[in-house]
Amino acid sequence: MIGQNSSSINGERLRFQVVVYLVVSVFVVLLLRLWFLQIIKGESYRHLSENNRIRLEDVPPTRGIIYDRNGRILVDNRPAFKLALVPADVRDMEHTLGKLGRILQVEKPELEEKVQSAPRGAPFRPILLSRDMNRDQVAAVETHRFNLPGVMVQIEPRRSYEMPSFAAHLIGYLGEIEEAQLKDKRHQGYKLGDYLGKYGVEMEWEEELKGVRGGRQVEADAVGRQLSVLREVAPEPGHNLVLTLDTQLQLRAENALKGKSGAIIAMDPTTGDILAMASSPAFDQNQFVRGFTAGEWQAIVDNPLHPLENKAIQGQYPLGSTFKPVVAAAGLASGLINPETTFTCNGEYQLGNQVYRCWKKRGHGKIALHQALVQSCDIYFYQLGQKLGIDIMSEYAHRFRLGSRTLIRLNNEAGGLVPTAQWKLRRFGVPWQKGEDLVTAIGQGFLLATPMQMAVLYAAIANGGKFLKPRVVLRVEDPDGGVIKNVNPEILGNLNLNPGTISFLQDALEGAVNELHGTGRAAQMRGRLRTIKVAGKTGTAQVVRTAEDVEEEGDENETPYEYRDHAWFVAYAPADEPEIVVVALVEHGGHGGSAAAPLVREVMEEYFRNRPPVQEAKLGPAASR
Amino acid sequence: MIDRRLIQNFDWLLLLLTCAIMTVGLATLYSALFSGGEVHSAVLKRQLYWLGTGLLVMILIFSIDYQWFERFAYPAYVVGILLLVAVLIFGKTVSGSKRWIDLGLVVAQPSELMKPLLVIALARFFARQEKRGGYRIRELWLPALMILLPVALVVMEPDLGTAALLLAIAVSVILFVGVKPSSLMLLGGFALGCLPLLWFLMKGYQRQRILTLLDPGRDPLGAGYHIIQSKIAVGSGKFWGKGFLQGTQGQLRFIPEHHTDFIFTVLAEEWGFVGSMLLLALFLCFLLRCLNVARRSRDQFGTLLAFGTTAIVFWHVVVNVAMVLGMLPVVGIPLPLVSYGGSSAVATLTCVGVLLNVSMRKFVFQK
Repeated sequence: MIGQNSSSINGERLRFQVVVYLVVSVFVVLLLRLWFLQIIKGESYRHLSENNRIRLEDVPPTRGIIYDRNGRILVDNRPAFKLALVPADVRDMEHTLGKLGRILQVEKPELEEKVQSAPRGAPFRPILLSRDMNRDQVAAVETHRFNLPGVMVQIEPRRSYEMPSFAAHLIGYLGEIEEAQLKDKRHQGYKLGDYLGKYGVEMEWEEELKGVRGGRQVEADAVGRQLSVLREVAPEPGHNLVLTLDTQLQLRAENALKGKSGAIIAMDPTTGDILAMASSPAFDQNQFVRGFTAGEWQAIVDNPLHPLENKAIQGQYPLGSTFKPVVAAAGLASGLINPETTFTCNGEYQLGNQVYRCWKKRGHGKIALHQALVQSCDIYFYQLGQKLGIDIMSEYAHRFRLGSRTLIRLNNEAGGLVPTAQWKLRRFGVPWQKGEDLVTAIGQGFLLATPMQMAVLYAAIANGGKFLKPRVVLRVEDPDGGVIKNVNPEILGNLNLNPGTISFLQDALEGAVNELHGTGRAAQMRGRLRTIKVAGKTGTAQVVRTAEDVEEEGDENETPYEYRDHAWFVAYAPADEPEIVVVALVEHGGHGGSAAAPLVREVMEEYFRNRPPVQEAKLGPAASR
Repeated sequence: MIDRRLIQNFDWLLLLLTCAIMTVGLATLYSALFSGGEVHSAVLKRQLYWLGTGLLVMILIFSIDYQWFERFAYPAYVVGILLLVAVLIFGKTVSGSKRWIDLGLVVAQPSELMKPLLVIALARFFARQEKRGGYRIRELWLPALMILLPVALVVMEPDLGTAALLLAIAVSVILFVGVKPSSLMLLGGFALGCLPLLWFLMKGYQRQRILTLLDPGRDPLGAGYHIIQSKIAVGSGKFWGKGFLQGTQGQLRFIPEHHTDFIFTVLAEEWGFVGSMLLLALFLCFLLRCLNVARRSRDQFGTLLAFGTTAIVFWHVVVNVAMVLGMLPVVGIPLPLVSYGGSSAVATLTCVGVLLNVSMRKFVFQK
């Protein structure tokens, strides 16, 4: 500026001079560095760039092991041999693929397609040709190693389900990550080709099980042989899970369901531990790891019995008479009846011009609530249902937590359905009919629940009113067995009924199994276990309304399979101090008393036969591992 | 209306140097995009389009008397800040950080724009209150705020590299205008004292990131890998290089980002020490020419504006090359006019426009 004095101008000149020196010297430093890299070390870098290749290899982590409650290994990992091809290192692709095709026993075009579909412009990224070679194949590849530059064999841990199809629905399976999942934020860190849990515990506990991927910088020569590992980041193995499952009990439950379609759940009514959860038919989880042929997959998908569905938590069924205790509680708690109130059953009940029948044609005569539950009298409950009306019944159904999920940590849990008059009007545009009160009171009509919901409901009756969150995993452990996290039992709510009402229900359930005319007598345990009293309730859920058209007895085998009734039995034992709740549901099995109760008995007998002394049972499996 | 002297004073040499760097850049980009006998021509075309756009912006910038920059320095700064806030809210998330914003016509990085806007704002501040013998700390609280606000916003994106660069540019300007030696020591001490505090404020993953930045060996599968491959590429060029299109490291895709941040490796591999030295020499001449513009400006604002703009280019070049040569941690800083990228190309040519602007009007006041 004009008027600036000379000292300021000099100062500025000096400042610019300093800046120029600084800039020049920084550039000189860069140039020296270039000299060092390109002239002094140039030869060795040139050598590196021409002869050796440094590339990155993933080192996959080992997935956590899954144990049963007694420390028995259910799911482990085994080494698998992968075959991969680095296109840039292959000298003669035609020849190489031909040879590999013969070794792997696949058609050459199939391999060609895999090579073609690999992302272009990444010739050093290995292309996976086989995930799991057998021993002979590995030996053959190794023998021809020198004629097959660019071919590499890698070892990778592979999931192994120790007992095929054991607890398949609960444990679940792994599958390759899908492209849509890769884009999802929750799946950051996964790469194409990675496996992740897709079902059951494997899916819901993915975070705990998966571990952290490692990797290494590998120096390889021109033929693709590994020369040295420059740097390595070790993978971190996933955490192990200890399930609440009892292997013996689970095997027994699965065995009981063999050849049938349905579900069995065994649960501890004091902790919510799932001791067994079987759904039939099941599937072999190893097949998901191995991969399916198109035919195998089609067979599973087309199976009318839906083997992939976990019927214990996904299957929603009418409850039949297993709902009656809820209606009884509603009657008692609302004060509309008391234990002495009687209704008369003469085999049928008329409402308007519709006739509703009892399952027992001759009728039960004059009957009070206890016997109505023991003998599962329909007429009693028609009349009680008529008194209560749908809205009170659905209020109590909700109190028993029907219509909402049990929050078991497994995927695809269904919540069932509790109808109300309003719901029906909204859903179908048709008002609620009086007759539907009657039908609902015996667990038919719109009402639906899963076997899991019934287990929780009966556990609440057994333990005095506590609704437990079903627990599948006892604890999470690190690879050395140190406990990382204990999963504590969780009480989700309380029944809030007066203790008299609950003990009335308990007595009735005990009666249904042990009294002379009880419908659940087939659940009584035999032999030396006879002294342990079982309490339970049968249920026969109509699939179609056959009451009018089909005769009561002797016709079961003539009804087409898909029209036969679902058989329920829900029970707990010992009746006075319950340790186990067992639910059995047999799809289209017929009568609950004859088709489902014996299955429950089998599971209970297994449990009490092997039951450890009470104290140890409470301590859990830690003592035995 | 156009003053004849404007054309007389036009800095043709600066423009020539710019074009020379651009040419080297395009040739290198061509080679970087060359793979298996084909050139990825779509990317090359886009880069040409961006350079063309940048040249238009440059012409626009130098046709406006830079006095207008001074007049609108603060409003423009505020707009820049608003864009940085907007990017945090509406920005596109690319690999975990929000840096890009969709402005309807183009998708741009507001942090690129913030660099010149911050320089203009600082230049205006210091031009208005000149101080002999340097500033004291208490006179610097306003510029400090002006600097830390955008830096903090960029850190939140998170883009630590660009934030550090913004800071380096701003600190260069402040040191240039002069700070009292005692105040300088105090400030330096304070900055050092803040570092541990900052450390405790950071989240775990951010700390990890910093550690990796400081020591690539911590992350041998990520940044550490880039560094090794980058050094092999550069080193294998030796004195004469492997020849145009003959590089293997870059073309074989050993080097990720080899057409953007790591493009210098392609040049160094194919043209060797000679070629690298040539490009560095071009940049050095360019920067010295820029400083000359700053020195000969007619007023303090022009000097500071030109100086700050020069600092932008300087820090980009130095940080990028030092990173590629394994002297600095890997940060996402492009090499001006050489790396592929629209925001960078336009931003750098904007800087050139500013410098041409200042140089053209150095004698206007004598009129």
